[in-house]
Amino acid sequence: MSAAAAGRGLDPRVAGLGSVVALGGALEFLIQNRFISRFVVPPPSEVIASISRVILEEEGLYRFLFTAGETFAAGALVVLVGIPIGFLLWRFNILRRAFESWVGALASAPLVLIYPLFLVIFGRSPTTIVMIGFLSGLAPMILKTVEGLSGTRRALIDVGRSFKLTSVQQFWKILFPAAMPTIFVGLRLGMIFCLINIVGVEYLINLGGLGQLVNDLAERNDVAATYAVIGFVILVSVLLFWAMERGERWLRPAD
Amino acid sequence: MAAAGGLTAPRAPLVVTRLRLGLVAALMLVWEAAAASGLFYRDVVPSLVAIARALVELLTDGERSFYWHLGVTAYEVLAALAIGSVAGLLVGLSLGASRYLSRAFEPFLYYLGPTPKIIFFPVILAWFGIGSGSKISIGAITCFFPVALSVAGGMREIAPVLIRVGQSFRASTVQMVIKIYLPAMRGPVVNGLRLGLGVAIIVVLLAETKFANRGLGYLVIQSYFRFDMPQLYALLMVLFALAIGGNVLMGRLSAADPRAGP
Repeated sequence: MSAAAAGRGLDPRVAGLGSVVALGGALEFLIQNRFISRFVVPPPSEVIASISRVILEEEGLYRFLFTAGETFAAGALVVLVGIPIGFLLWRFNILRRAFESWVGALASAPLVLIYPLFLVIFGRSPTTIVMIGFLSGLAPMILKTVEGLSGTRRALIDVGRSFKLTSVQQFWKILFPAAMPTIFVGLRLGMIFCLINIVGVEYLINLGGLGQLVNDLAERNDVAATYAVIGFVILVSVLLFWAMERGERWLRPAD
Repeated sequence: MAAAGGLTAPRAPLVVTRLRLGLVAALMLVWEAAAASGLFYRDVVPSLVAIARALVELLTDGERSFYWHLGVTAYEVLAALAIGSVAGLLVGLSLGASRYLSRAFEPFLYYLGPTPKIIFFPVILAWFGIGSGSKISIGAITCFFPVALSVAGGMREIAPVLIRVGQSFRASTVQMVIKIYLPAMRGPVVNGLRLGLGVAIIVVLLAETKFANRGLGYLVIQSYFRFDMPQLYALLMVLFALAIGGNVLMGRLSAADPRAGP
């Protein structure tokens, strides 16, 4: 395919999108002609037709805003807790040596499995979901804050010293701006982990925004609308990922 | 403002150990105080003795035991890893070998990778039922993305001279893959597998908490339904230890130098 398409000078992005459209067309044909059961995979035309129903009748926009609110609340907690902890680990080398590997281990632990415990502690409420999102996003924020502050160029710190900046001034005028791009990488990773876990827990405990909507529609056996909401969740996470990536590039114009 | 480190180097490891033990001891004290205080709902914060007893019971239980459920989860995770990583390897090799295919399809993988895969579970349930098949499938889908992206990226980093050597020996495609590509990108492949294993473990366990009658995720959610908090804590501790241990093991594998020899 590549050689033929390239030979005709077809733009690869057009080829990629065209392949997706062709796959959709093939699915439509196979489902309409009963090669595939429409109760398992709905025709793409039905999925597209159900989008307006999902938005108007199932409060799709409200649920999106609910999930977005939970994600930003968890993200704000990640920033408020993660950056100070990262700063402490950087500032006190002994703390870093003692606990940085623990934070790394925390990053690889399946923290989302704590959700039954949080259900007991916080109840079946958005607090449980936000706390799971917060926990999931915390480790990358801490690790990247430490990395960013440690990577500050010696010359910049010396410039601050030559101006006799106080410790607070040194932090806000030199260290924090220099570490900002790396800290933003941590924020991007943290926000992605937050969103993944928040939507996941919404689905698992059937509460909240888009995750709950997926569960509701699946339980009602509304297959087309279930696929439409899954597509909507994918769109939301792609847009968040894209926006964070753009922000990161804006902060790292030289890269 | 620079990092403090006022301690001399030889003393530092001892201080680090003391600091770690001190934090663990402080946390245990706070926990035990919270358990005895009566400030929390009964059993939400059980005593450490109760958790330790539950842990021992969990690990020494008889038939239909923890180990049986561990075996089920391990089978599902390993099957998911095998399917997802083979598919990811093939797709990654194809994308890495062709700049055109990479530009056409890699953005889809790149942007689909960070989406929450658990939301595909209702669809997967319809396709594969509530048995192990659905858990293996969702685990394989989740595992596929990091492996494919890592392999595609790794393949583009292979030194051209190695590829030219293979071509000069007139190696076939299979020989190129086995003798040149895979050994040259061992690091990215192992890293992809490591990431894939991590996300596969998480999604398989989550799927088991949603719809299953076996596996460690099922045990976790059953502990919650029975309000058996000591067992829930014990299970979470074991799961975290297993996941972190698996990750460390894969990390060591990734860091090991194949040229070092026995």
